Amino acid sequence: MSPRLRRRVFLVAAGAVAALLLWGLSGLPAFGDYAGTYGTVLNRVAVDERHATNVVAAVTFDYRGVDTMGEEFILFAAVVGVAILLRAQRDEAEEPPDEDADDRRAPGTSDAVRVLGLALLGPIVLYGIYVVAHGHLSPGGGFQGGVVLATGALLVFLSGEYVTLRRVGPETLLDLAESAGAGGYVAVGLLGLATGAAFLANVLPLGQPGTLLSSGMIPLINLAVGLEVAGGLVLLLYEFLDQTLVMRRQGYDI
Amino acid sequence: MSLLPYAVAVWLFLVGLYGIVTSKNLIHAVTCLSVVQSSTYVLLLAIGYRRGGTAPIFLDVPVGTPAVDPVVAALALTDVVVGATVAALLLALAVQAHKRHGTLDPDEFRSLRG
Repeated sequence: MSPRLRRRVFLVAAGAVAALLLWGLSGLPAFGDYAGTYGTVLNRVAVDERHATNVVAAVTFDYRGVDTMGEEFILFAAVVGVAILLRAQRDEAEEPPDEDADDRRAPGTSDAVRVLGLALLGPIVLYGIYVVAHGHLSPGGGFQGGVVLATGALLVFLSGEYVTLRRVGPETLLDLAESAGAGGYVAVGLLGLATGAAFLANVLPLGQPGTLLSSGMIPLINLAVGLEVAGGLVLLLYEFLDQTLVMRRQGYDI
Repeated sequence: MSLLPYAVAVWLFLVGLYGIVTSKNLIHAVTCLSVVQSSTYVLLLAIGYRRGGTAPIFLDVPVGTPAVDPVVAALALTDVVVGATVAALLLALAVQAHKRHGTLDPDEFRSLRG
């Protein structure tokens, strides 16, 4: 099919889909006239029931905690999937790259990027830990904080060399963090079963709302998710950066 | 006016699809898929919006203050995570496709021609 014909066919179909979607969406309550029951009820009762001032976190990690466990394992499976897809192929050289060869040298990092990157590393890691730890109180949580933590690794990569990054964040440690995060979520869930309640039931003391040690198991789950996300994302980063090295070795134009 | 946020979602969905259909580069196609997915964030959050409502965080404001729906916000979080994983997997496939075919243009993949 020629690009032109393809575009025309698409435009006709898109027009039909747009009309159908707009027709359907116009039947929804008008924007701002929210009338959902669950949201209203949860906003009323979540702080009382779970002592979590962030109702979104209470929903994500408690009321529908089993769903979020599945979501966490989606991420786990994706990281494994990427590792399998990008594993060293039979015909690819496995020896470490000769980074000093003239034709393979990566472009140098400017001093400004180097200094700024290293200066930002500490605050970023601290901020990531803060976002993970306060997930049940204010906006944030394990997923968001984990991503912030993973950007710390990106900063090391940007401001130094890839080899340095591999040394400060060895893969076995990251594998461990990722698996401990994924397994930790299940372990926290089993805590409920162990005390005779349901799987993932919030059985720990709930504490004073608005304080760091409150909301029972939600901070623990946030911690597990934070570990999993940070470890998983840095592993993803490694897989893709490894590919750059492989392709540079094989003489691809990148 | 009250239809505008929904129209934005429809527009993002279709403009992303248009990008995928006419894409000449797999990386570009993956980015376009992210645009398609962002339409679902807009739709979810638009459905949960309450006029004048605050965020469903009751740290500074007392319980009972009108707030937007926390359920759709939690769903949007799931949506973002799934979007990121899908993008990672597709980009990995794009890397391997480039190694095998030496190109990222979907029209150039001879073995996929129907």
